Amino acid sequence: MAETALTDTVASTMRPAGWRGIAADWSSDQRAFKNVSWGKAMMWIFLLSDTFIFSCFLLSYMTARMSTTVPWPNPSEVFALNVAGKHIPLILIAIMTFILISSSGTMAMAVNFGYRRDRAKTAALMLATAAFGATFVGMQAFEWTKLIMEGVRPWGNPWGAPQFGSCFFMITGFHGTHVTIGVIFLIAIARKVWRGDFDVERRGFFTSRKGHYEIVEITGLYWHFVDLVWVFIFAFFYLW
Amino acid sequence: MTNVAVQLEGQQHSLQAHVHDALAPAVTHTKGQQHPIKLYLVVWGWLFVLSTCSYLVDFFGLHGHLRWSLILLFMVLKAGLIVAVFMHMAWERLALAYAILLPPVLVLVFVAIMVFESDYTHLLRVVFFAPTA
Repeated sequence: MAETALTDTVASTMRPAGWRGIAADWSSDQRAFKNVSWGKAMMWIFLLSDTFIFSCFLLSYMTARMSTTVPWPNPSEVFALNVAGKHIPLILIAIMTFILISSSGTMAMAVNFGYRRDRAKTAALMLATAAFGATFVGMQAFEWTKLIMEGVRPWGNPWGAPQFGSCFFMITGFHGTHVTIGVIFLIAIARKVWRGDFDVERRGFFTSRKGHYEIVEITGLYWHFVDLVWVFIFAFFYLW
Repeated sequence: MTNVAVQLEGQQHSLQAHVHDALAPAVTHTKGQQHPIKLYLVVWGWLFVLSTCSYLVDFFGLHGHLRWSLILLFMVLKAGLIVAVFMHMAWERLALAYAILLPPVLVLVFVAIMVFESDYTHLLRVVFFAPTA
């Protein structure tokens, strides 16, 4: 397959500012995203569709919680832990939040070092990101185990509205799956970075296209999105 | 108040970036996204601060409209920082930014529909299925 060349010309990138520029970019049978590669544009469009999926989950949770006549279990209590004899509300979720934010920080720096063609630092930071992600999934597994032991099921729980369980398992389960896929994705790309694939533009085994450091940024987009979704889940499911 | 300052700072930054884009379109993207590491560390720090704030909302057990508005405020600020800086949306071409960021806003229409719908369902449940003690 031939590489798609960036068809940038001075004429197509010089546009009036604001809405006129957007209309000019989108009109008359051209590439809409002038200076964005297909890989990055496709990742963004995938993330947009994923946004709708998570929106639907959060919306169904909202609908269930708003329409039930049974009191909703208090997440602050449900997710509390006893640490060193002290009862701390929501502590596990707070730690998970900080871990995921930290992973986003290391990922952002990995992208930066990738564009500087610093192989070692990029791979190390990506692996650190993957390690944070794996820790997050581990803590989620712990949380699931704890709740299942306490009798939370998709059809009921000891504290109130039965929909709590199904919402919880669906939303956090789908998010955890995304994190897991992200960890695998990160490790795969980190291996390629470490091997120097993007310095010699080695072709991928699956797409047979030349590899570029931009894939680090694309992986980063996915990873930051996972963090972004957690921001909304944290606010709406755990804090509300 | 400091949150507002950061937001303004971010806007100014992106404005500058846009001006820069308009003047030298090819330069910023042929090399990929290049920004000082310090920017990422600052945003990282702010995300920690904002997360701590939203955790404290729960820790101190704030209730009612104060709780909800604070949760939403911290959530929007965090999401904005992640999308604008970490995902580099502040420096992308407007055609991409609008194509990606506008459609999720339409989800709010769906939210409004489901709020009406669940109010109605709740009413029916209260009227017809309330436990008769």
